[in-house]
Amino acid sequence: MDDNKVIICRCEDITLHDVRGAIEDGYDSWDKLKRYLRIGMGPCGGKTCRLLVLRELSAIKGKPLSALYLRENVIRPPLRSIPFKALEKEAHL
Amino acid sequence: MIETDVLVIGGGPAGMNAALASAQSGAHVLLVDKFQHLGGQLVKQTHKFFGWAEKGAGTRGFNLAKRLSEDVMNNDNVQILLGYEVVGAYRDGTYLAASWSDHITIKAKKLIVCTGAAERMILFENNDMPGVMGAGAVQTLMNEYGVLPAERFLIVGSGNVGVILAYQLLQAGATVDAIVDVLPKLGGAYWVHAAKVQRLGVPLLLGRTVLGVYGNSRVESAITAKVDEKMQPIPGTEKRHDVDAVALAVGLMPLTDIFQMMGVKTVYVPELGGFVPWHDECGRTTNKDIFVAGDAGGIEEATTASIGGTIAGLAAANDLGYQDNMQAVKDNLEALSIFRTSSLSKKVLEGIERMRGELNA
Repeated sequence: MDDNKVIICRCEDITLHDVRGAIEDGYDSWDKLKRYLRIGMGPCGGKTCRLLVLRELSAIKGKPLSALYLRENVIRPPLRSIPFKALEKEAHL
Repeated sequence: MIETDVLVIGGGPAGMNAALASAQSGAHVLLVDKFQHLGGQLVKQTHKFFGWAEKGAGTRGFNLAKRLSEDVMNNDNVQILLGYEVVGAYRDGTYLAASWSDHITIKAKKLIVCTGAAERMILFENNDMPGVMGAGAVQTLMNEYGVLPAERFLIVGSGNVGVILAYQLLQAGATVDAIVDVLPKLGGAYWVHAAKVQRLGVPLLLGRTVLGVYGNSRVESAITAKVDEKMQPIPGTEKRHDVDAVALAVGLMPLTDIFQMMGVKTVYVPELGGFVPWHDECGRTTNKDIFVAGDAGGIEEATTASIGGTIAGLAAANDLGYQDNMQAVKDNLEALSIFRTSSLSKKVLEGIERMRGELNA
């Protein structure tokens, strides 16, 4: 399997090859990979790629998955991209 | 700003039952769903449910959705907000719900998260090519919108979703080249469903994985191969499938972003589908004002999600002091444990046990 042809983050078009290379280069946590590659920063907010990336990290680093994720990853609002005009206007029911 | 006793996020089976249980106890409930209709995943389930008649067995999913949503809409204590997604949760109990054109702030004493799950993706060559789609997406297009997105399918995953999808595709006039599964035995599907699609000529190829999909601008073929005991493809076992779509039914993972945003403890439990919020038998998380019910707390199915929703709704209203629901909670927990005695629930029960043990880990 050619890892250059395997997409791991569909929103930001990041391949498995990109992720493996970045981990080799020392970007060894979800947060670092996110800042370096923009994985998980597209419209889905990481819902698709997060677990796949963590699995790759877990396999390469030989660490259990839960140990890679706890604490360091803080998810902040908004959970998905919303238009500014939606923030400007408050609806009243 | 809307003030409410109980905010329920997600209008699927768990969320609707949670809203009803809290509302019937006297609490004011705001039920928010990002879609324009209630029902969640039930609306695309055209098959009849197994399980108990009183919990909707023998009823087709979309009829169950209709019945439940009528109950919710007819309850004066439930306010329904459709077309809004809760995109922000703040630790003082304030929430931000946004549509594409405006927003609403919500102040709630209790939160019940029933956000359900997302479909998993798997890694293979050209896995973003048009024609590769989640099984749930195929069901939405086909069963909800009446659109058949392709003619010849390969299905990956032999759990209930994959097997039921195969049957629905055949009913819709598509062909199903095969159902492949990386595991050496049938996934979580009910045996009668699997036997039915096999009788209709769909081969079940076990111990086989997808290596890639190929085509000019969309899927024209897929290549699968047998795997060894380490799940690695065995050279020389490749098989070409002439299909124009590959439907991925490789499992679901709980949608837990809101918990992580609120600082609720989440633990990785593979038996429950991935990261899940730690929760007690009522769905109470490490933040006593935040509950979880349904797939968001661990992947299971609609009946257990419904009962779980009822329990969380009863518990939230009980905690707010509306009425003593402890006996009703107990009765529903009893019902849940009886429903979980089938062998298909073994994995879930192991997962729950593992999760409970992780509180002080």
